[in-house]
Amino acid sequence: MKLLIKNGHLIDPSQGQNSGKNVLIEDGKVAAWLGINDPTPDDAEVFDASGLIVAPGFIDMHVHLREPGQEHKETIASGCAAALAGGWTSVCPMPNTNPINDNAAITRYMIEQAERAALANVFPIGAITKSSDGAELAEMGEMKSAGAVAVSDDGRPVPNAGIMRRAMQYAKDFDLPVIDHCEDKSLSSGGVMHEGRISLLLGLKGMPALAEDIDAVRDIILAKDTGAHIHIAHVSTKCALETIRRAKNEGINVTCEVTPHHFTLTDKVVAGLEMPKPAREQGRDTHDDSYALAYARASAYDTNTKMAPPLRSEEHLAAILEGIKDGTIDAIATDHAPHHADEKSLEYDRAPFGITGLETALGLALNELVHKGIIDLVRLVELCSTNPARIFKLAGRGTLSPGSVADVTIIDPNLEWSYSNADSRSKSKNSPFDGWKFNGAAVATIVGGKIAFRR
Amino acid sequence: MEKPFRRRDLLGIRDLTAAEIVGILDTAENFSEISTREVKKVPALRGKTVINLFFEASTRTRTSFELAAKRLSADAVNISVSSSSVSKGETLLDTAMNLDAMAPDCIVVRHSSAGVPHQLAKVSKAAIVNAGDGANEHPTQALLDAMTIREHKKHINGLEVAIVGDILHSRVARSNIHLLTKMGAKVRVAGPKPLVPVDFAHLVENGLEVCPHVEDAITGADVVMILRIQRERQDSAFFPTLREYSIHYGLTNERLELARKDAIVLHPGPMNRGIEISSDVADSSRSLILDQVKYGVAVRMAVLYLATGGTPTNS
Repeated sequence: MKLLIKNGHLIDPSQGQNSGKNVLIEDGKVAAWLGINDPTPDDAEVFDASGLIVAPGFIDMHVHLREPGQEHKETIASGCAAALAGGWTSVCPMPNTNPINDNAAITRYMIEQAERAALANVFPIGAITKSSDGAELAEMGEMKSAGAVAVSDDGRPVPNAGIMRRAMQYAKDFDLPVIDHCEDKSLSSGGVMHEGRISLLLGLKGMPALAEDIDAVRDIILAKDTGAHIHIAHVSTKCALETIRRAKNEGINVTCEVTPHHFTLTDKVVAGLEMPKPAREQGRDTHDDSYALAYARASAYDTNTKMAPPLRSEEHLAAILEGIKDGTIDAIATDHAPHHADEKSLEYDRAPFGITGLETALGLALNELVHKGIIDLVRLVELCSTNPARIFKLAGRGTLSPGSVADVTIIDPNLEWSYSNADSRSKSKNSPFDGWKFNGAAVATIVGGKIAFRR
Repeated sequence: MEKPFRRRDLLGIRDLTAAEIVGILDTAENFSEISTREVKKVPALRGKTVINLFFEASTRTRTSFELAAKRLSADAVNISVSSSSVSKGETLLDTAMNLDAMAPDCIVVRHSSAGVPHQLAKVSKAAIVNAGDGANEHPTQALLDAMTIREHKKHINGLEVAIVGDILHSRVARSNIHLLTKMGAKVRVAGPKPLVPVDFAHLVENGLEVCPHVEDAITGADVVMILRIQRERQDSAFFPTLREYSIHYGLTNERLELARKDAIVLHPGPMNRGIEISSDVADSSRSLILDQVKYGVAVRMAVLYLATGGTPTNS
């Protein structure tokens, strides 16, 4: 079974490749790169990629697939379907399932469910501590043997520095990256949005940036001490980013990711301000004299603007864009966090944190980063494929060099489309980007040589 | 003249223009006379239904809204959280939509979470009036405070107003800051630092100052507004003890001496006598706390009247 991806523009940063190439796939692997004018092998099916970008399959380092335990929000199958539609060939689910993925049996179950679904690849992330309760170390070695690629207690970051130090020492034995959601809860507990002018304006309890800063500084000091690889999840503050930049310059083994919502939105959207939504009336017509004010009022306190870390203020967003540009940020990850509509229909204080993101990430990255000239497509592929594969040491992925796994993301960088929650493949519809227009999307997602999604 | 208060919902003072605020106050002034009559009832809202949906305990505000509705001949129904279906697992929006299906003209809502009135306004056909949402806003309190100030000072523009106490958690403070600065007053806030974040200075474009000490805020003030200290917040350790609070931040006669000699004192109630305000200040002629309660009924009559009787915005 052969597939020739023909006439496409091949971007593979791992090989320094950025020009027209035909890619021949055979038996789920990349067989060869051919010249655009080379003859098509007789028995090969042809995918015409004229005018399209051909890239190594995108790897989302940070998702929540909710299975086992919260299948009303998402299943591994529905999450993987959403991933494919967004151009992701692989996803790495966090361990906050029910039960928590803190042992090899759960890890194996997740991988088996993914194999049954036969959609995207699933590389689970195991817990750092048993039940993620921050006390006793989980069986990292066993989870790695079962297929886990990293460890994290994600939304329940290990508060105790002594335990975190031991976890990092131990994870190093198994060459597992330790991922931390940096949040000192003694500073942020009870908070529901970024602490600042907008939280004061709305009367919502704030989560100060320094709750993230302090934990990031701690982790980096521990990484220096232990020599372990620390990966800072969804960095969202200026100071955390500056700390990571300095640590990298010092040679400390630290990497980090950013989410599309943190490079796109600020805390003003919680007040309903500056939501660049297309003209699409939300709720009833509220007023006749000042549309902007009325619109802001009607959009305020939308629980789909609530996530952790929270949307920050402009100065943080500017720092994030700088970090994406200068290479401090290694990866774009969605933190896809599906929640049922009933849960998101609660009071802002009580609604759960998190938004879906698999299907909007590429559109946002193209709109906000590539088309605005902050990065080029080569850097985008690095952020979404090359670097995630390197950080999680996924052999044969994040590249299309001959012999590697034929996971391919094919992108039309200018395709005009709009995202609608109603059409989402995710079981949950909690995205703040409902109705947004995008320029650019994945038009085909190939997993293991098979075309798994086609727009 | 611009037709006042054209919005059907009253979610917060933040959304109103100065002209709209004046419109409500003028309407309230007209209505205030009704409460002095022998027969305290006019037919303005006859046939209209007002639901008071209170998710948080309240005696005075709920009674005030109820009397306001009844004096305008509206049918008023009170629902309090203890008897509601929210405790049975129904979501907030389900509750609102069920009530909405009974076709009330106005739902007056109080809730301990900020933004609930906004969330209800998105799904409800009835006009939503915010009777206090978490730490966000309490617009009718600010309106009745403004009415009280206007009655005694004849104007608001140019006045210096000190707001003292737990600013961080106070919806009364937020609504008053918006209202008073929109109307041209200078507002100074002060209190224990953990309860008065410096970022407050940027809450509104101009007219607001965060003072380092209570004395700085009170000095030269025309109006001193004292906020209630919520004893239940004591656990969160924003300040050490009520005793220390009363000594360093409480409004005593001595501190009040720093204000202008014709300064008036307001308190949204219920008061903690001897903590944020000393009894001799609370009972003095400068304290207008009972006037506030009196004007509260008139302001709420105006708000209900305008919210239910105004030109529908989506017609």
